[in-house]
Amino acid sequence: MIFTIASKELKALFASPLAWIVLTIIQVLIGYGFLKRLDDFLQIQPQLSQAANSPGVTELVAAPTFATVAAILLFAVPLLAMRLIAEERRNQTMVMLTSAPISVTEIVIGKFLGLITFLLLIIALAALMPLSLAAGTQLDYGMLLSLIAGLALLAAGFAAVSLYISCLTVHPMAAALGAFGALLAMLLVGETASDSLQARGWSVPAALARVLSPLKSYETFSRGLIDTYSIACLLLLTALFLILAVRQLDARRLRG
Amino acid sequence: MAEHDTTLTISAHGLSRAFGTQTVVNAINLELRRGEVLGFLGPNGAGKTTTMQMLTGNLAPSSGSISICGIDLLDHPVAAKAKIGYLPETPPLYRDLKVDEYLVLAARLHRVPKAGQRDAVDSAKHRCGLNDVGGKLIGALSKGFQQRVGIAQAIVHGPDVVILDEPTVGLDPNQIREIRSLIRELGGKHSVILSTHILPEVEAVCDRVQIMHHGNLVYSDSITALQQFHGSRTLLLGLRRPPPVQELAAVPGIATVEPVSETLFSIQSVADHDPTDTLTRLAAEKNWGLYQLNPAQASIEDVFANLTRHEENT
Repeated sequence: MIFTIASKELKALFASPLAWIVLTIIQVLIGYGFLKRLDDFLQIQPQLSQAANSPGVTELVAAPTFATVAAILLFAVPLLAMRLIAEERRNQTMVMLTSAPISVTEIVIGKFLGLITFLLLIIALAALMPLSLAAGTQLDYGMLLSLIAGLALLAAGFAAVSLYISCLTVHPMAAALGAFGALLAMLLVGETASDSLQARGWSVPAALARVLSPLKSYETFSRGLIDTYSIACLLLLTALFLILAVRQLDARRLRG
Repeated sequence: MAEHDTTLTISAHGLSRAFGTQTVVNAINLELRRGEVLGFLGPNGAGKTTTMQMLTGNLAPSSGSISICGIDLLDHPVAAKAKIGYLPETPPLYRDLKVDEYLVLAARLHRVPKAGQRDAVDSAKHRCGLNDVGGKLIGALSKGFQQRVGIAQAIVHGPDVVILDEPTVGLDPNQIREIRSLIRELGGKHSVILSTHILPEVEAVCDRVQIMHHGNLVYSDSITALQQFHGSRTLLLGLRRPPPVQELAAVPGIATVEPVSETLFSIQSVADHDPTDTLTRLAAEKNWGLYQLNPAQASIEDVFANLTRHEENT
């Protein structure tokens, strides 16, 4: 039943121009960034080869490319997620799901999986660019795996936050802007809050701030570090907002 | 109650719903038997839609219990919802999907086994007259066809109860007739609840009627009882060459005659006397040029006026 909803969402995404526009823009931006970085790398390669223990092509080309993808997802995920609940409620089609023999949890998880599948496609397309370098050089596959895993978890976190905010309103645009604002606020919080809280010895608020700053967790992955603490933080963020979304939709049935 | 369990498809008791301090539905009871078409009648804002949202599990009642085919809707929502087909006031249509795709989705959402999905969709399409539009986008269909897709969506999984919220609103007379005959047909296999604010619609398709007014159930009985109750005792008589009003009033069985225009009269008959036969005979004999004789449609307002007056008297 979850997969029925997930596939419906995925189909609906591809039926709308939005998904194709987002895919195109992302592909163009990543492509440009990737080629630019590769060009820079080729220019400084002679100097690099003389230095001992210098960073390789994966670190200098793949990591920044993935950072671009992360930045674009910050804009793209709220836009893609706004239709999930807000638009269904606006078009009054949500009733079809809520009157079917499906629990609210299944609806939320199904919609989340539909969106995340699309986001994984974006990540896969982005990963193909650095992977194409394998034809001419030795890649650091461990680092690449870390980047892909980090980006996938980050996308899941973004998707969960945006999905929750899509439950709060019937205006798709308000949902998109709200989600974007929330993600941006998380980015700002993540910069400093967790470290400064930790410095004062407030470990619980610091841990909480860390959960609420997904980009901070992503940073460790971008250094090639698959760190259980960062994985836990991103998974917690995702779970937290999915639960909030379920509760929000349930409350709508109770409150009317 | 226990002995009815097999025939009762819906049984709701003491159903109430308040939004804030405003009580929209007040302690109504509702029972529906297999194969019955129940008309749910009331003016706009009477609480019909709220009641239907509660019966379909889209809105939690403030108090009261609902059981669908013996399954408690509040305790086991998923099992109970599988037995319901619901067409809300605004049909929940995905305009970007084709009719076939949409109905397959509806069947899958209602847990129709994969092997039976094709047949379920085909039979729903056949029953709703959608055979020719399966490949069309829903957004491109006319309102009447969209409404039929909405009904097809509600019956695709062969539910025991079909709940239709104002299914004929916004349709043209031809489409209304088609939808009504479809509903009548549904009544054979499923139990149907139909909400409307149009009295003739209830008379045309329902076995039983429940009337809501300001959130209260003010009337619940069979259709024939309702017809007797509101008494279509007003006749409209049209004569090309009418006799003086006094002559008409003297016809046995007629209580009062009120001229509507030169040739049209509104006639109140005496209770238990149908003056129709007498009038047609006299009109032929005396060459009045009869061109119209029909019972005036009692409007829902009249019925409510009657009902509320009735309540005050008792």
